[in-house]
Amino acid sequence: MDGKAGSEVTAAPGVAQIDVEAVNAAEKRPLYEKRRKIFPRRARGTFRKVKWAVLCVTLGIYYLLPWVRWDRGPNAPDQAVLVDFPGRRFYFFFIEIWPQEVYYITGLLIIAALSLFLVTSVAGRVWCGYACPQTVWTDLFIWVERMIEGDRNARMRLDRARWTGGKIVKRLIKHAAWIVIGVCTGGAWVFYFADAPTLAGQLVHFDAPLVSYIFIALLTFTTYMLAGHAREQVCTYMCPWPRIQGAMLDEHSMLVTYRAWRGEPRGSHKKGDSWEGRGDCVDCNSCVVVCPMGIDIRDGNQLECINCALCIDACDEVMAKVDRPRGLIAYDTIAGLESRTTGAALRPKLFRARTMIYAVVIAIVGIVMLVTLTSRSDTDVNVLRDRNPLYVKLSDGQFRNGYTLKILNKQHEMRTFRIGTAGLKDATVSIVGNNAGDTVSVGSDRLRSLRIYVTAPVAATAGGVTDFDFVVTDTSSGAAFTHASTFRRAP
Amino acid sequence: MAAPKRHEGQPSTTGHEWDGITEFDNPLPRWWLWVFYACIVWSIAYWIVMPAWPLISSHTKGVLGYSQRAVVERQLERNRDAQSSYVDRIRTASLEQIRNDQELLSFALAGGRSAFAVNCSQCHGSGAQGSAGYPNLNDDSWLWGGKLADISYTIQHGIRNGSDDARTNEMPAFGRDELLEPAQVNDVVEYVVSLSGRPANAAAAERGKALFAEQCVTCHGENAKGNPELGAPNLTDDIWLYGGDRAAIRETVHNSRGGVMPAWKDRLSPETIKQLTIYVHALGGGR
Repeated sequence: MDGKAGSEVTAAPGVAQIDVEAVNAAEKRPLYEKRRKIFPRRARGTFRKVKWAVLCVTLGIYYLLPWVRWDRGPNAPDQAVLVDFPGRRFYFFFIEIWPQEVYYITGLLIIAALSLFLVTSVAGRVWCGYACPQTVWTDLFIWVERMIEGDRNARMRLDRARWTGGKIVKRLIKHAAWIVIGVCTGGAWVFYFADAPTLAGQLVHFDAPLVSYIFIALLTFTTYMLAGHAREQVCTYMCPWPRIQGAMLDEHSMLVTYRAWRGEPRGSHKKGDSWEGRGDCVDCNSCVVVCPMGIDIRDGNQLECINCALCIDACDEVMAKVDRPRGLIAYDTIAGLESRTTGAALRPKLFRARTMIYAVVIAIVGIVMLVTLTSRSDTDVNVLRDRNPLYVKLSDGQFRNGYTLKILNKQHEMRTFRIGTAGLKDATVSIVGNNAGDTVSVGSDRLRSLRIYVTAPVAATAGGVTDFDFVVTDTSSGAAFTHASTFRRAP
Repeated sequence: MAAPKRHEGQPSTTGHEWDGITEFDNPLPRWWLWVFYACIVWSIAYWIVMPAWPLISSHTKGVLGYSQRAVVERQLERNRDAQSSYVDRIRTASLEQIRNDQELLSFALAGGRSAFAVNCSQCHGSGAQGSAGYPNLNDDSWLWGGKLADISYTIQHGIRNGSDDARTNEMPAFGRDELLEPAQVNDVVEYVVSLSGRPANAAAAERGKALFAEQCVTCHGENAKGNPELGAPNLTDDIWLYGGDRAAIRETVHNSRGGVMPAWKDRLSPETIKQLTIYVHALGGGR
């Protein structure tokens, strides 16, 4: 561990050599040992800026989305994104999902998984490095930590220091800030399940439903624990993705890589020394100290590496100081790495079988979902045939069949439907307990279940089983909805 | 066998070896140990507060006094409370009022369905479809009348069960009691078969018609359409309680028939009987 902040040892003019070993170096890691803390040093550079931008956008979406309004007319909530459990609806801008349409969620999850595969095979673990909530919140928590306790060396000193008043105050402020972020995280979560302004008022006055407080507490706890304390252990021990990604990568996937062919043999460099016969790596260990995962990228591609690219920023800064070309650590493919050792540059191959298959499958699932979403009806008719008895013989020789007819009115207003049959001559329809003949009204957003008797003379039927349709007609719009069923009689 | 490569700081092995595979003697993870101890503490607390240990004829009750039976009782009580407003209205409403009130009708249909499944389906079948000797309640052919009041009376007092108010009739055993000769029984059977429009021996049916006019019209009526006042079935609709083939009809004429239905007025509450009446009436055949 380093600690000699003002260490005399230099790797190159103006570049301090930091005495550090990667915490998570694979061959050194014992199976059972208390976790060694990682104190990532601040990095500056292009990728750090990109990460800040992604952090702002993703957290901004997460915290603000529940407050976006979307007018759906009367009898419907005006929250753009809302999971309405009591009303059993999911609202997403102009889309409204009923519980029986939950397969859209399945489709979304399939697309999400395949997109992850596609992005991984093209650009490696960019999800892990930039957009994963664990990465984003950990980044935010480390930033808070740095604001309060200082950068790496100051934090390490503070960690070793005895418990003085100053240390207690700093630690209290840090944990309080973390908990505040956690509360905001949990607070934003519950707003997705209820009208945000209403719930916010209730939360402040302590008359919100208990479950919302429970969920805020739960998410506060998980955010505080995972981003504040567990950090890189979530990625290495809890998350299955590092294991899965091995199957997603191939020699054309972009990875954060140390170009050993350029860097080795490494060693400190004195002003005026020749660069001949040695590598560009001055062994300053900057890449190691900025790493939030506690690894040494120079050991090669590793399970722990989330490809956050902060080591690229750190190394580029050093390369600029020693006046060597940037990109000793850079995004590269394994194929590119091999071809460059022989001097031939290789462009990353974007179009290859793996990426094409992922893209095609994503497109197919997306099109299927889009077609079903746009062609779905605002009315569902379902018919359940009585099985016991299959048919009833009446005293005038006719036969009667019983059905349960369900009409689902997805519109936000009450509608009246006329119920009839097609394909069954001289059939009469009667609705149990209905005083309005063959018309029934179904309330807005309601499912109505009806007991229906269909009576038909033997002459109307072709045999023991006759196919026919129930026709449910909206009396005001004239739109007709049919559902196939069968009519049975004694053979 | 070469010793497995070991790293600095790794624990020793247990000393066991299977085909060269050795097992590290690793300490248990600390979090796991703490969870284990917490489980032990929890289980001891659980024995104290919850029912836990079987005794010879009983079990330890636990200081909380929790009992699943009591929970079920409470839930049933809650359900009865939740239904009480409807049940109270059904108690005071007439059958016609229940039928014309959407809300009460829905409640009575649901309540009637479950009461039917518990009390009636053993004979009449789960779909009220009946079987030989037990009438189908879905059709519109009623022995004792299909109006709400008729159905209600039948459920309350039953049929031929010996009580004073029960619906009772008795068909003579024309063959067994030698009211008719065997050949005459056959003639009546032919006539009855012809009544529902089926092919029959014309000469025999003609002789049977005369016998029918002598012996049967009192109850079954001149046109054989039956009489619900007397519980005499309609013989022309081709709906048969005991089967419509010649053998079954001959058996009926020879030996007579007479099924029994219990009276339910002392077994079920008046509200339940009302719900059952509404349910049976709504099965499709109610008049």
